Amino acid sequence: MMETPTIHHGAMFDTNELVLNMGPQHPSTHGVLRVVLRLDGEKVVDADVVIGYLHRGIEKLSENRNWTQIILLTDRMDYVAAATNNVGYCETVEKLMTLEVPRRARYVRTILCELQRIASHCLWLGTHAMDIGAMTVFLYAFRERELILDLFEEFCGARLTYNSMRIGGLPQDLPPGWDKKVLEFCRIMDGKLDEYEELLTHNRIWLERTRGIGVLTAAQAVDLGLSGPPLRGSGVPRDVRKDEPYAAYAEMEFDVPLGTVGDTYERYLVRLEEFRQSLRIIRQATEGIPEGPIVGKVPRLIKPPAGETYHAIESPKGELGYFIVSDGKSTNPYRFRVRPPSFCNLQGLRQLVRGHLVADVVALIGSLDVVLGEVDR
Amino acid sequence: MAEDPTKPPAPAPPSADQPAGAPAEPSKGAAPNAAAGQPAAAAAPKPAPPKPAAAEHAPKAAAPTGPPDPPPPADLPPPAFVASLQAALPGTVTHVSYWVGDWTIVVPAARILDVARHLRGAPDAAFDLCSDVTATDWPARAERFDVVYCLYSTRHRHRVRVKAKVAEDQPIASVTPVWPAANWLEREVFDMFGVNFTGHPDRRRILMPDDWQGYPQRKDYPLEGPGELLMENPLDWLKLRQANEEADIE
Repeated sequence: MMETPTIHHGAMFDTNELVLNMGPQHPSTHGVLRVVLRLDGEKVVDADVVIGYLHRGIEKLSENRNWTQIILLTDRMDYVAAATNNVGYCETVEKLMTLEVPRRARYVRTILCELQRIASHCLWLGTHAMDIGAMTVFLYAFRERELILDLFEEFCGARLTYNSMRIGGLPQDLPPGWDKKVLEFCRIMDGKLDEYEELLTHNRIWLERTRGIGVLTAAQAVDLGLSGPPLRGSGVPRDVRKDEPYAAYAEMEFDVPLGTVGDTYERYLVRLEEFRQSLRIIRQATEGIPEGPIVGKVPRLIKPPAGETYHAIESPKGELGYFIVSDGKSTNPYRFRVRPPSFCNLQGLRQLVRGHLVADVVALIGSLDVVLGEVDR
Repeated sequence: MAEDPTKPPAPAPPSADQPAGAPAEPSKGAAPNAAAGQPAAAAAPKPAPPKPAAAEHAPKAAAPTGPPDPPPPADLPPPAFVASLQAALPGTVTHVSYWVGDWTIVVPAARILDVARHLRGAPDAAFDLCSDVTATDWPARAERFDVVYCLYSTRHRHRVRVKAKVAEDQPIASVTPVWPAANWLEREVFDMFGVNFTGHPDRRRILMPDDWQGYPQRKDYPLEGPGELLMENPLDWLKLRQANEEADIE
């Protein structure tokens, strides 16, 4: 256990550090995250982040499943952005097999990824705001997330774990009239974003709770290996969609929002702007979607040649990478490794919470936007 | 059947690479060829059915001893930072490999920290973001683990993979002094493979319980978990647990 050293405040009174256990069953830890805090009064001196409560051994399982079955397992990692996980995995295998994916499939992937980003950010916004005390935003954000889940349900039949990709393309074509519904959703979402902003962006309580909390400079963020909105909130222009384009992102026009200070408030602003950029991408992709086949020339038996590769995509949480080794002989990967963005972002929590109050810990966990299913795999 | 799986994977992809790499894009050239290798067998209807069946059992018969790591095609020079790394630290790059667009360098495990410092510090490399640290287990090889570092440079926007081969108990220096991001990633590699990182600030298990025995991602670890191995005598296990708890209380 941790020792509790004595803190010398003055000549008269000495106090002891208090060890406070938070989680794994705590509503603000978004699942089963446990944080052991060492407190000096209300101030956090140090924190030990304990994870692994949701470890299901997805990497090990995947090494014993065939290449197609793994798509289903990837759903269970970041379960609020399952389609993104599917896309990342399928693209890695396609890279390993050097398969050509038809343009239509790449466009649909782009639309799904961006819808998924909005759904994931809706969940983040709702829970993050509720952690800090704003209940209304939660109800608003979940109302819009529901619309996206309906779109996904129409496309693939599921509402949470989609299994919505296949190696080489898509499982099925878009249902008729789906694109109209997507555009209608974009129209609705535009107005709702203003509603969120009205509730939070200039809200005095929100500003007090988020401004100057958990400041990370660009160099610190890079050192900690952050990615996604936490990295961009610190002003590092790093977005896999721009730097190493996949799916149809090379053909899309969008901006990468950046922060300057790197506090909780700016991470919030970055994600809010990402909503708008995602809508912009969805509109472009839906309007410009080409006709054509939805699956490339995929061999009946999927068996990539011997070799290894690392492929990353920009999930709503950050850089989601897959490192896959194929031995070229068996029908399952020899090594299946996921670089989960939540895991790497959560590593920064210890540095973020130091010196802040206990109440800020929940704000900081929320601002990193972690999903424990992905942290523990 | 046992002898052919060990032979072909290593030389096959590079040999497919070289003659095919006539046009400007070698990776594209390699692709149809390498992919054609398998369907070609499927095209002839007679030998096709036994092939996949044999392939499924192959890993159990003869475990592979490592990825093929094909060298880059002759018309594709390695990136400049590889040459400058070789110039600055002679003998650190034992192999350069290129496959489906990824560059990989293999370095001796003993010099990983020097290489890491150079790759982070040298202006033409500037790999400041340590994307991933992981490992691959090849039990048939003496140095059974490949420790793999996936690096990215936010300045030059390029990637490289660095690999070091280590044996089961062989120490390898932690790269946390160079990339603090490697802290949890190395903990996970230690937890899952039992790679012996030295100089790590906080080398504990991360995903598995602290009193877990064995390393789950190793190839010789059963998928179902240790099962009877661990529960052979549950009393022993409980005793161990109790002893640990008492030690904690004290």
